[in-house]
Amino acid sequence: MFKKKECVAMLLAGGQGSRLYALTQKTAKPSVSYGGKYRIIDFPLSNCVNSGIDTVGVLTQYQPLLLNDYIGNGLPWDLDRTFGGVKILPPYQGQSGADWYKGTANAIWQNMAFINRYDPDYVLVLSGDHIYKMDYAKMLAFHKQKGADCTIAVLNVSLEEASRFGIMSAHEDGTIYKFTEKPKNPDSTLASMGIYIFNREKLEKYLEADSRDPASANDFGKNVIPAMLAAKEKMVAYPFEGYWKDVGTIASLWEANMDLLAEKPELNLSDESWRIYSRHGGEAPQYLGKNAMVSNSSLTAGCGIYGIVRNSVLGPDVVVEEGALVEDSVLMDGVTVRAGATVRYSILDSRVEIGEGATVGTYRINASDVTVVGADVKVPAGEKVPVGAMLSEA
Amino acid sequence: MTIAGLIFSNIHDNSIPEMTRRRTIGSIPYGCRYRLIDFALSNMVNSGITNVGIVTHYNYQSLLDHVGNGKDWDLARRSGGIKLLPPYVAAYENTAAGKLYENRLEALMGVGNFINRCGAEYLVLSDCDSILNIDLKKVVEDHVASGAYVTIVTKKLDKGSYRFEQPVSVLKTDENNRITDLADFCPEKGGVTISTNIMVISRADLQAVVADSLARGHKSFHKDILAKNLKKKVIRAYPFDGWYSVISSLDSYYQSSMELLKSDVRTDLFRHAERRIYTKVRNSAPTRYVAGAIVQNSLIADGCVIEGTVENCILFRGVRVGRGSVVKNCILLQDTYVGANVSLNCVITDKNVVIKDDRNLSGHESMPFFIDKNVTV
Repeated sequence: MFKKKECVAMLLAGGQGSRLYALTQKTAKPSVSYGGKYRIIDFPLSNCVNSGIDTVGVLTQYQPLLLNDYIGNGLPWDLDRTFGGVKILPPYQGQSGADWYKGTANAIWQNMAFINRYDPDYVLVLSGDHIYKMDYAKMLAFHKQKGADCTIAVLNVSLEEASRFGIMSAHEDGTIYKFTEKPKNPDSTLASMGIYIFNREKLEKYLEADSRDPASANDFGKNVIPAMLAAKEKMVAYPFEGYWKDVGTIASLWEANMDLLAEKPELNLSDESWRIYSRHGGEAPQYLGKNAMVSNSSLTAGCGIYGIVRNSVLGPDVVVEEGALVEDSVLMDGVTVRAGATVRYSILDSRVEIGEGATVGTYRINASDVTVVGADVKVPAGEKVPVGAMLSEA
Repeated sequence: MTIAGLIFSNIHDNSIPEMTRRRTIGSIPYGCRYRLIDFALSNMVNSGITNVGIVTHYNYQSLLDHVGNGKDWDLARRSGGIKLLPPYVAAYENTAAGKLYENRLEALMGVGNFINRCGAEYLVLSDCDSILNIDLKKVVEDHVASGAYVTIVTKKLDKGSYRFEQPVSVLKTDENNRITDLADFCPEKGGVTISTNIMVISRADLQAVVADSLARGHKSFHKDILAKNLKKKVIRAYPFDGWYSVISSLDSYYQSSMELLKSDVRTDLFRHAERRIYTKVRNSAPTRYVAGAIVQNSLIADGCVIEGTVENCILFRGVRVGRGSVVKNCILLQDTYVGANVSLNCVITDKNVVIKDDRNLSGHESMPFFIDKNVTV
C-alpha cells in the first residue's frame, strides 16, 4: 500500500483575507468566489492535479467550515485517492500542547509528520490567495536541473508595484543573492509569488531551527527564506510569465473578475488541456428571458435573466428580474435582483437579495470605491445603498 | 423497505434513429447539458434508490463514457451503486438466451443475476424515453399500500393532436386506479392515458415472471405479463401530474426540447429543491456573452461563447455563435461551431457540427433540419 510520492504540495489556506472585509467575514479567503463558478482555491488545486501532483495538504485555520465543505473528499479535482489525494489539515492538539498555526512556516512545521508519511523528495508550498494557471511540474524540473535547495517562483512586476511584494535579486543564472520583504527602494523587480519548492531535508532542517527561535515570526518570507540565504543554500528564482493576480483586496477582486470579459481574456478558462475544476450543485442550464439584454458578460448555470446585464460576471443561480439592471458588477451564487432594482459597480456576495426598485452603487467613476454587499444580506425595496458602502449581516 | 432500480437504456432506440446511430436512446443529449438517462437515474437517486442496474444492448460506448462509475449521481458506492449490465451474448451463444435480446422480457432474463442478487424487496423499472421529475418513493409506497401486483406510472395526455411514430401503451382505469385495459398503439388524439414505462413490482414477483416467461416462451412484458393478467391480478396506475414528455421521434424531440423554454416547465423539471437532475460534470468555463450579442428566450449551457443573435434556442455546452449570425428556433448540441453571418432556423445539429461562415439553413417547426455528428456544412 505504501508508496512514495516524489512531491507533496502544502497549500496555505488559513488566511483571513481581512482586506476583503465583508466577503471574508464568514469564510476564509481561499473559498471566496471568483469568475462565477470558481473559488480561489480551485486554481492551486487544479494546477496541482494538472501538474501531476496528487497529494495536497490544505492547511486551514480561519473560518474553515465552508472550505472543509467545499473541498470535501476532493472529488471535483480528482483528488479522492486511496493513497494521497487532498487532506485538510487544521491545527491539532499534540502531547506537548496545542497551538494555532503561528505563521506560514509554523503551519508546515506542525504538519511535518503528514509530509513525511509520503517520504517525498520535494515539498511544494502554495498559497490559496492567487488566480493563475501554472505547471508546477515544469517548476520542479527546473528545480532539479538547477540542483537547487529551494526554488521560488517569481514574476516581473513594475518598479512602482515592487514595494508591495517580497523582492528577489538574482544573478543571470537565476541564483538568488538577496531577498527583501516589501522594500521601500526596490533594487529588483522580481516579485515572489509565494510558491516555493524545497528539498524536503532542507525544509525540515530550517523549519526545525525556526521553531526553536522564539524571536521568529515563523514566516517563510520573513524568516525561513532569509535564514536559508544567510546560510548560503542554493536558492534559485523560477521566472513565471502569464496571468497572475492577487485578489486580496476588493478592488483587485473586482478587477480580476472583469479581466475575464476581455475580448481574449489573458486567463483562458476554456483551455481543455488545463481545466480549472470546481464543485457543482447540479444547477439547471441558464435561461435568458424574452426581454433579457445580456452583453459583455459571463454567466453560469442556473441563472435566470429577465432584465439587463452589462459588463458583469454572474455566479450560479443568479436571478435578475424584469426591469432590473446590473452593470459593471460581480454577483456571486444565488443572488436575486428584484424588478426595477439597479446594481452598478458592486460586488454582491452569495444569496444577497436586492429588493424591488432598490439602488446599489453608482456609475464607475475614476478611483471611486466598489460597493460591497455581504452574504445573505437583504436590501429592502426602494433602499439606496451608497457608493463604496460595505454592508454585512449583523 | 429496500428498493433497487433497473434502467433499460436501449428499449426505444428505433424511436429516433437519426440520433441513435452511434448511441443508445439513454445517451441522447437533451436540455443543454443532460442525457436522457439522467432523468431516470436522478429520479432514482433522489428517491433514495442507490442500487441501480443499467441494462444495455448495443452502441453503449457513449453511455459508458457518460455514466462512468456513477460519481456524478453519487452512485460510486462499494455496496450498491451503479451496475452496468451489458448483454450476455458471447457466453450463451446458440442457446435460448444466446441471442441479443429483442424485448423487455428477454432483457430481464439476461439480467437475472442482478435481480436475484440485488437484495431489494421492490424493483422500479424505467426506460429512458421519458422526461419527468418524479418522487419514486411515493410510487413505491403507493404500490405497497395498495397490494398491487404491478404499479405503472401513467400520464394523461393533454387534449390536442399527437403524432406518435412508435406505439405507446394506452390504458384505461377504473375509479380505484386499477387498470382495466391496456393496448399498444399510436394515439392520434390527446385525452388518453399512457404508460410512462416506469413500473414497480416486487422482486419475488419479477423473479417469477422471468422464470415463467422462460418456460412458456413469452415475448412481451406488456402483452403477456400485463395485458393478459388485468382480470386476475391488480395492475395499478399511479397518475403522474407533473410535466411529462416522451421522445418518440426527432419531431417530438424537437417539440419536447422547445417546451423547456416555458418557465413552468423548467420549474417543474429542474427546480425541485430536493430533487435536482444530475449529469456528468464537464467543468466548462462560464458562458460569455460578447458585447453586441443578443440572446432572448433561450436556454443555454455553460462553456458557450455568443457573439451573434440567438432566439428561442437550446444551446449545449461549448457552442459558439459567431458575429453577425442569427440563430432562431434551433437546438445546437455540444461543441457546435457556428461561424460568422450564418442564418439558422429550426435546425438541430448533433455534436461537433461546424457551420461555416455565410451559410443559410432552415427547417420547419414540424420538420426540423437535422445535421449529423461531426458534419461540416
